[in-house]
Amino acid sequence: MCKGVAITGMGAISAIGNNVQENYEALVSGKLGISRISKIDTVHKNDIMVGEIGMTNAQLKEKLGIAEETAVSRTALLAMLAAEEAVLQAGITDINDCETGLISGTTVGGMDQSEKYYFEYFETDEHWGHINGLHAGDSTQKLADHLGISESFVSTISTACSSAANAIMLGARMIKSGQLDRVIVGGTDSLCKFTINGFKTLMILSDTYNTPFDDNRKGLNLGEAAAYLVLESDEIVKRDQKKVLGYVKGYGNANDAFHQTASSENGDGAVLAMEKALKVSGLTPSDIDYINAHGTATPNNDLSEGRSLLRIFGDKVPEFSSTKAFTGHTLAVAGGVEAVYSVLALQNNVIYPNLNFTTPMKEFELLPQTTVKQKELHHVLSNSFGFGGNCSTLIFSKEA
Amino acid sequence: MKPVYINSVGSVSAQKTFDNSEFLNEITEYNASTVPVIAPNYKEYIPPAAARRMARGIKMSTVSSKNALTEAGIENIDAIIVGTGLGCIGDSERFVSDIIKNDEQFLTPTRFIQSSHNTVAGQIALGLGCKGHNFTFVHSAVSFESSLIDAKMMIENDEAGTVLVGGVDELVDHHVETHRLIGHIKKEPVASQELLQSKTEGMVMGEGAHFFVLSNQKAPSCYAELLAVKTFNTLSKERLEENVLAFLERQQLGIDDIDLAILGNNGDVNFDPYYDQLGTSLFKDTPQAYYKHLSGEFDTATGFAFWLANKIIKTQTLPEVVQLNAIVPAKLETILIYNQYRGENHSLTLIRKC
Repeated sequence: MCKGVAITGMGAISAIGNNVQENYEALVSGKLGISRISKIDTVHKNDIMVGEIGMTNAQLKEKLGIAEETAVSRTALLAMLAAEEAVLQAGITDINDCETGLISGTTVGGMDQSEKYYFEYFETDEHWGHINGLHAGDSTQKLADHLGISESFVSTISTACSSAANAIMLGARMIKSGQLDRVIVGGTDSLCKFTINGFKTLMILSDTYNTPFDDNRKGLNLGEAAAYLVLESDEIVKRDQKKVLGYVKGYGNANDAFHQTASSENGDGAVLAMEKALKVSGLTPSDIDYINAHGTATPNNDLSEGRSLLRIFGDKVPEFSSTKAFTGHTLAVAGGVEAVYSVLALQNNVIYPNLNFTTPMKEFELLPQTTVKQKELHHVLSNSFGFGGNCSTLIFSKEA
Repeated sequence: MKPVYINSVGSVSAQKTFDNSEFLNEITEYNASTVPVIAPNYKEYIPPAAARRMARGIKMSTVSSKNALTEAGIENIDAIIVGTGLGCIGDSERFVSDIIKNDEQFLTPTRFIQSSHNTVAGQIALGLGCKGHNFTFVHSAVSFESSLIDAKMMIENDEAGTVLVGGVDELVDHHVETHRLIGHIKKEPVASQELLQSKTEGMVMGEGAHFFVLSNQKAPSCYAELLAVKTFNTLSKERLEENVLAFLERQQLGIDDIDLAILGNNGDVNFDPYYDQLGTSLFKDTPQAYYKHLSGEFDTATGFAFWLANKIIKTQTLPEVVQLNAIVPAKLETILIYNQYRGENHSLTLIRKC
């Protein structure tokens, strides 16, 4: 149980870029990806803003070499694009040359297509190809096929907005315990009417740009994204003389056990998740150089998370920021996209700005980092919290 | 590595399995293409006011998980891990349907909240006040096995001492009707006892909730030891035998050590050949059992198989209704469960008397 978990490849697509490099450039140049929605005809289009990916499904298919008439959900298409990039960076030529797994997180699965043809299925067989694409495992299965992974452990996690974080955590545990040599981990979610209307009924969608940790925050902007990491064991890194981008050093999963859709006032679950992650990593709070916060900009999350940070770090909270002002809240993928951002932060010794912040919250004196800052970073902590009380923390480090 | 004990079971299925003191004493036969659960008296478990808006998946899971916890004689656990192919799909479908019918207006959040796949795991945690590790796997026919793999790893690596692990899926109209359109569900009703002779495409769809308490400590209620679980996203008929043998070998076992093989035949003429392949080769001298004529097919139907295997070992009886071949087991100590769905997501699960 003392094995390192190396990150050897990363891929990401979000509202601020179609690959990792574009995402990074947007983060350090303060270019946010929030806009009015253009690809979904929803009655709420003038009341909400979203983090939408520019490419259409047809464009995604063309880029991936998939015939336009093939029935594939946007969720699966985004996954393929991001995972391809990760596998390419990891320099994998034969994906089955060692025990390789795939663990993906998603909340909507193929809902983006199912909601279009829900009643139409009974009128015409034109879109029947999407019927079995609804279930959450479908996008992962299609991704496994696309990557050529066979006879392997392939699974899907759905723990709401902590799904990808938990996929990364499970992958790290499976490498540490020797069950897998290599695992592709992350998540994918596309925008759809289902989540837009769901969050609308919960009244936590902002009608303007989301403002994490600001006293006047009005709620979140939904976003869409896919992000994957390639994790490999020490043996594979040595065998293939891999360049290591960073390590998954710590992870913690806890349940808030407070409310189905709200976080406890003092962030009990978040505190437990961070404590566990620190314990697994063997680090102390003072070792953490930067926190990529969950920071959804809902009144509830930012208060609860802020309090949990104070409980863990006391009066020495390191620089922290939420990157959701850039991307929107990408639901299942939040922990995946932010894992990529955390590793990029380590590689470039840079802290991203928490955009749209103007007024400190009155409950405490926490101030997020609001400008790009250069700082020697060794350990970055990333939080992801979800419905059902699911709280997850990951710690990424330069060294094993 | 620490042994992993299966200390208790809980089941709500298309048979009367919610009473742990019985073991398929009475069999309900169906002549249908869908088989719903035989509902326990939910009022004994859930306050009626709460039950009214609760998704059926949550209700079934509440009963099944409570029964498992009660039998294990514990009130709290270190972790909750749930597998579900579709989550509380009834609520998802209602929410989508309301969005379309009402043009995205006049919606209420309850349906949306319950449609989140991790609702069951979250609700159980909330009910028990369990702040430990909480995972939900949603990967088709290996959702339950993924949960078992995670639970086993937690116990073996000392990340948890006692874990509640389960699988749940609901039977819902829109899902059934659409999957019947594409031939995944049988178009004609089939009598339970004739399921394997139907020679038609598609399966008979069921539902159910199965929960188990796994622990590093053997409780007086213990059923068996969980030896190994493995899943394969793809596996061809030609590669089956080799992979099953390799799986057994890693446990220092051969095919002669298997007292009973429980197979996932669901009567689909296109995919039962996977089971036939093993049944007529590697398993030809092995006693075989099947169960989907009792439970129906669903993503976490292997929860029923796992329940069945544990009951067989604990009671040391093999009910006639599940026997697939005429070979009488010499003993009932080591049981292998093999499952696949539509040729994908294969799984092998091995348990042993302890």
